[in-house]
Amino acid sequence: MLQLFLKNGLVAKTTMTKEKREIIIFLIFTLAVLITPFFLRGSYFLNVLVFIGINTMLAVALNLLLGYAGQISLGHAAFFGLGAYVSGVLTTRFGLDPWLALVIAAAVSGVLAFIIGFPILKLKGHYLAMATLGFGIIMFIIFNETVAVTGGPSGLSGIPNIQISSLIFDNDWSNYYLIWTITLLVMLLSINLSQSRIGRALRAIADSEVAARVMGVNARLLKVQIFTVSAVISAMAGSLYAHTMTFISPASFGFNFSIELVTMVIIGGLGSIYGSFLGAAILTILPEFLRILQDFDIIVYGLMLIIMTMYLPGGLISGLEQIAGFIGSKIKSRGGSHA
Amino acid sequence: MLKKMLGLVVSMMVVGLMAGSSFAAPPIKIGALFSVSGPASFLGEPERNTAEMMVDEINKAGGIKGRKLELIVYDTQADATKAVQAANKLIKDDKVVAIIGPSTTGDTMAIIPVVEKAEIPLVSCAAGIKITDPVKKWVFKTAQNDALAVARIFDYLKKQKIAKIAILTVSDGFGSSGREQLVAQAGKFGIQIISDETYGPKDTDMTAQLTKIRSGGAQAVVCWGTNPGPAVVARNVQQLGIKLPLYMSHGVSSLKFIDLAGPAAEGIILPSGRVVVANHLPKNDPQKKALLNYVDNYKKHYKVEGDHFGGHAYDAIMLIKGAIERGGDSPAAIRDQLEKTSKFAGIGGTFSYSSQDHAGLTSDAFVLVQIKNKGWTLLK
Repeated sequence: MLQLFLKNGLVAKTTMTKEKREIIIFLIFTLAVLITPFFLRGSYFLNVLVFIGINTMLAVALNLLLGYAGQISLGHAAFFGLGAYVSGVLTTRFGLDPWLALVIAAAVSGVLAFIIGFPILKLKGHYLAMATLGFGIIMFIIFNETVAVTGGPSGLSGIPNIQISSLIFDNDWSNYYLIWTITLLVMLLSINLSQSRIGRALRAIADSEVAARVMGVNARLLKVQIFTVSAVISAMAGSLYAHTMTFISPASFGFNFSIELVTMVIIGGLGSIYGSFLGAAILTILPEFLRILQDFDIIVYGLMLIIMTMYLPGGLISGLEQIAGFIGSKIKSRGGSHA
Repeated sequence: MLKKMLGLVVSMMVVGLMAGSSFAAPPIKIGALFSVSGPASFLGEPERNTAEMMVDEINKAGGIKGRKLELIVYDTQADATKAVQAANKLIKDDKVVAIIGPSTTGDTMAIIPVVEKAEIPLVSCAAGIKITDPVKKWVFKTAQNDALAVARIFDYLKKQKIAKIAILTVSDGFGSSGREQLVAQAGKFGIQIISDETYGPKDTDMTAQLTKIRSGGAQAVVCWGTNPGPAVVARNVQQLGIKLPLYMSHGVSSLKFIDLAGPAAEGIILPSGRVVVANHLPKNDPQKKALLNYVDNYKKHYKVEGDHFGGHAYDAIMLIKGAIERGGDSPAAIRDQLEKTSKFAGIGGTFSYSSQDHAGLTSDAFVLVQIKNKGWTLLK
């Protein structure tokens, strides 16, 4: 009895420190995000960091589905596009406030995901990949062909910036803080979710859906729910993208971008929120360096994906953790020898 | 760990910044955004080639008032996000005084808010009407409006006493803008659109649409698209034995179209910039000298025929050169002088900008040409 109590206490203690570690990491990350712009005043890189924020949101959203629940989606750019277009159309054609448009965009996307989630998520493996891919292509065709509403292939312009009373988010500096505030909230929510009962249930589904159901997890509903959460976050990112760019065109929400999102998640690290940030950052910055390769840049992405899955299946974040662990143990052993 | 990661990111940024600003001194920096790769590479590639060729040429001749030009080109891949990032980079890191391009209407619309805020003059190489209508203080363009091309065809159709037509347009930016104009202007010329069909940019067979058009009772077919779609349409028309005259847009006025369509191209009529018929132009044509010069030069450099897409970049560079010669190299001076451009005979036409008109061309920027014996003939 006493032994059991001690053991439980020990477990409780280690989870406490794990929680604490999680909070400290998040605070450090937040601090880094908040102070970075001060080193980049007037630089173009601040603009890139705004896009990294948007892409991080998207990668985190997809990671919840792909990394935690183990369900692939090759059509996530569609939710991103839906958010952007609902927001863009409501503000330009009906004069709605961008904030209200953002909420509606997220709601529309969530409802759609919830409805299509039930039939689609019954599928597994390749069939699920095909179904989500098809969904992405259908949405792309809708953005492209409904010219009267979306402006068609030449795009929708004149989307207003987001505004809080007299503060208009129309430059990189203010957009950076707007987008990263929401990105940080999304990350916090996702970290929380992944550490909760739901997160554990999702990982159980990813390992073995049958086993999870035997253990009393409502796998079917849970999969649809996480799909919906993922779609809502993606649509929010889309809405923010539309109000930051003030222009959208279907080319940004095509199949290629869906694949890019999957690449971000896998390169960064499946099932790691910070990994998603890392993946998003790398895939947003990399084109800057790959411009000279023109059309061949896709080969670099392909190679990266192959190398990652072969040698570092946990993604870059696990590589970093390994390095950190290695250095940590070196320091510890040296400290030990001194003592 | 995360701090380190961020440190890495930040140091990467710093390296990038330093690399970008190592040329501090004399040359006048001009930015260029073209869709060199991606779906609109047929526009971006000749445009980039032309712009680089022209800048070399200008520098060889001693630059502008003794100062060299430096051209900084980025690829937008016809993606609005990339275009906006590249435009920001040109303005904030490279500190260019003017930007030429982008190649597509979508990319141009995407970067207009960026250049307006930074107050940098933009000379777009895209055709969309909404780029310069309404007039925007910092935005000009060199590509002819689609409206002018449509008017040219309809004018000819009216003379041929053709009143019922079928239109077949591609569902991309170029096609949807063309379709909009075809529908909008038909009434003015007393033309009725009997069938209104579209096809996808990657479709490889249009017999379904053409069969429908054949049974519709139209007197002519107008197809609006860029390579390779229209070539398929031309071949399908021949295969189906449709005897209706076929009209195309300026989107296919390059020799590549004649190659792709083969014998099916014979007899097709289309509006085009004067560049493809430079040799056939009368001696007193104001553009003739610039056109011949451009065509010869392009062939010498790149071993292929220059087309009117590259011409848009030629015009953009020459317009900016003229503006700098007259007024100086600050963005504001370039803008003011661009607006005062009058009767500049370029490749796309004779440009005259004003405070009410930043497109600068009239309908005589287009001529009608017919494809005969694998070449172009000027139609009167």
